[in-house]
Amino acid sequence: MNNIHSPESEVTISFCAAAGLGLQTAEDLARQMLSKAGYYVFSTREYMSRVRGGNNSTQIRVSTKPVRAYVDNIDWLFALSPELRSNITEKISEKTKILGDASAMEGEISSLGRKMIDLALAKRAADLGSPKFSSMIVAGFIAGIFMLEENAADELIEKRFSDADLSEKNKMAFRTGHQLGKDNVGGKAVLTTPDKPAGNEIFLDGNSAVALGAASAGCNYITAYPMSPGTGVFSYFAKNAKLLGSVVEQVEDEISAINMVVGAAYAGARSMTTTSGGGFVLMCEGISLAGITETPVVIHLAQRPGPATGLATRTEQADLELALHAGHGEFPKALYAPVNVESAFRLAGRAFHTAHKYQVQSIILTDQYLLDSGYDIIRPDPSSIPAPLHPVKTENGYKRYAFPKKGEYVSPFGVPGYGEGFVSFDSHEHTEDAHITEDRSLRKAMVEKRLKKLEALTAEAVPPIVIGPEKYDTAVVCWGSVFEPLKEAMEIIGCKNAVLVACEQVYPLSEEFRKIISSPCRKIFVEGNATGQFSRVVRSLTGTGADETILKYNGFQFTVEELAEELDKLLSVRS
Amino acid sequence: MIKTAFDYTGEISWCPGCGDYKILESLKMALSELGLDPMEVVVASGIGQAAKMPHYLKCHCVNGLHGRSLPLAAGIKASNRSLTVIAVGGDGDMYGEGGNHFMHAIRRNPDITNIVCNNMIYGLTKGQGSPTTAIGMKTSTQPFGVTSKPLNPLLLALSCGATFVARASAADAEKTKDIIVKAIKHKGYALIDIFQPCVSFNKVNTWQWLLKSTKWLDEGRDASDKLEAMRLSMETDPYPLGIIYRSEPEKTFEENQAPYQTNDDTPLYARNPALENIRKLLA
Repeated sequence: MNNIHSPESEVTISFCAAAGLGLQTAEDLARQMLSKAGYYVFSTREYMSRVRGGNNSTQIRVSTKPVRAYVDNIDWLFALSPELRSNITEKISEKTKILGDASAMEGEISSLGRKMIDLALAKRAADLGSPKFSSMIVAGFIAGIFMLEENAADELIEKRFSDADLSEKNKMAFRTGHQLGKDNVGGKAVLTTPDKPAGNEIFLDGNSAVALGAASAGCNYITAYPMSPGTGVFSYFAKNAKLLGSVVEQVEDEISAINMVVGAAYAGARSMTTTSGGGFVLMCEGISLAGITETPVVIHLAQRPGPATGLATRTEQADLELALHAGHGEFPKALYAPVNVESAFRLAGRAFHTAHKYQVQSIILTDQYLLDSGYDIIRPDPSSIPAPLHPVKTENGYKRYAFPKKGEYVSPFGVPGYGEGFVSFDSHEHTEDAHITEDRSLRKAMVEKRLKKLEALTAEAVPPIVIGPEKYDTAVVCWGSVFEPLKEAMEIIGCKNAVLVACEQVYPLSEEFRKIISSPCRKIFVEGNATGQFSRVVRSLTGTGADETILKYNGFQFTVEELAEELDKLLSVRS
Repeated sequence: MIKTAFDYTGEISWCPGCGDYKILESLKMALSELGLDPMEVVVASGIGQAAKMPHYLKCHCVNGLHGRSLPLAAGIKASNRSLTVIAVGGDGDMYGEGGNHFMHAIRRNPDITNIVCNNMIYGLTKGQGSPTTAIGMKTSTQPFGVTSKPLNPLLLALSCGATFVARASAADAEKTKDIIVKAIKHKGYALIDIFQPCVSFNKVNTWQWLLKSTKWLDEGRDASDKLEAMRLSMETDPYPLGIIYRSEPEKTFEENQAPYQTNDDTPLYARNPALENIRKLLA
């Protein structure tokens, strides 16, 4: 059951190395050339919270079929720095080939009871002129075991190294590795020739997908205070600010980050801020400000394990209840939880659309795993994201918080300097024209005006992804990035009577989801936290939650194998 | 009082005799003298007595959170450069709760005017020590006297790189108006710290103290010497009033941002997603 890995269809490569070794080059090249050669490639990273040293790893899963999730299996382990961590050594199996420099690693590998293949990288790289060429030898080796041509990466190398001499030397290093790889597999490729149709695909990771989805929705003002893993989206905007036409500002703290995007949105920008749990907490008062002022803003909350600093570079899904209750007082908001890369692109756009259509706050809940994982997706179309809603031209006597007409949920959105009206903004309870009031009946009416939007948000909530038989007795429920590993696990165990229900929106809940939850089936919630937060939220909103849970909270995503095993165990015991 | 296009006619909830009335008058006269259309002026504030000021002006009124008016104002200015943006608040709001934003807004240099109504006490919360309260002053929460040293906003602003730093006084509405006019005209961040009495809670820094303990600097003086400005900032009894420092304007926050680097001042609300460029990134 555990042996989900079929050698005929896929190969998993893990790279382990200290931070700062420049291994990224080998990973990027391997991924790009294998994808170009027609294989399906999934890659994910896990890393320690340090700039140099330590031991980080990247998993690249290469397959002749689409793959999109993290697995335990390792076929080829490039152990390039000493002190492999247990999350790797536990996964070394009989068939794992371990490669690296015997001079650096032999003792450690033999203490694991294993033998290693010596690539003598340090010596070979030095012979080529610099220790930096190790990475390129590894990339070449991978090309070799897949029997790609020795020039498979030439174009990519030329793109990366503009200096002709450096480019030539790197090509030589690649060829050195290529020969070693070919020899290692005796001229027989480790995987059959792929049959992936040459299609309109692009490799995208979660970070780029969130950023591009937001940009497609017209995001033109982004702020952040650097915090892993929320910074990737911000860096993407910073790097491409000119192309995207966006204000990009690294601010002094997360309080400034949220207040600045609220000010920007008041003046008509489509603004977003990105952070992780600790920074998000600092934003809560600002989110409340956006709530009472009905200012559309998007907050990207990239989850990592807490409390406090927790595990700074790891993954978890434990900020759902925080996000749901963020901000003092009562006001509606929308919470999205992208389940994979395509979903991240689409929902980032959706978050903007909802925020502006209903003048509310959208929170996009991702996590380190989702943001740092990528695979080939059908090239997303920026025009598929709803076009931005532009503000109305105000008239003399315009009231920013005018009570909506019957059947409508919002006051027309005007901005200062466009039209003949004053557009005011007040953090106090306010009158229709945005001035301080303590009038009791007005207060009540304003609270109701804001909360009424929840009706519309519910009606437009994204329905869950449901995969499985029409008739079922068990619903396996997840949200966010658990989706892909869970989907693959359920495919492997071949659930006949269970459906997978994945929520891309976790608040408010869609009618479709409520229907499934209120049906008399057995409910198993699978979540990346210790207490089953989504189950608790669902129970509080619907009266029904999980019958059983599968939870993980050690800082890593579920692997396909472990979910298959856990779920199979649960499903084999009838409730 | 002179009638201006910025006059508000509703109720004002400040205490009778409050220095804020004078500052409001100076601000309205300044806006009027500059010939600004109320439709192009945004006055943003945080929370406090002084922070109620936007409500008492006919213009776009932005009343945000305590301490947070500067990031709010920078967000507004960088979204629509045609707006004149003024951030106003008290000493607790700007230098206490918003102290971090104060320093970094100066470094960022948005083209906004920052008016701080400095009465050296918390008014709205009824008389606690503020970041500028003198050592030894007894308050409801410091019954044995304030022990922390008062913050020197002018010196701090200079050290953070402000290119326009002034101190004015609620006791001279005309001169204060002149300084506000110059501050609004100045390209980039401009600080005006305005001494004002709190008639309810500050029994030390009264109207009389204000007249006795300050002196106006010569208007014609060259204010471009930064070391001299730092020295003036540290002078006390009398405290110098006027433009302490003014240098050549520098590139503003907005000017440094990508949307405005091609001489296109279109406000962000009127812009569309860069779909073609996004397609390039997806190529």
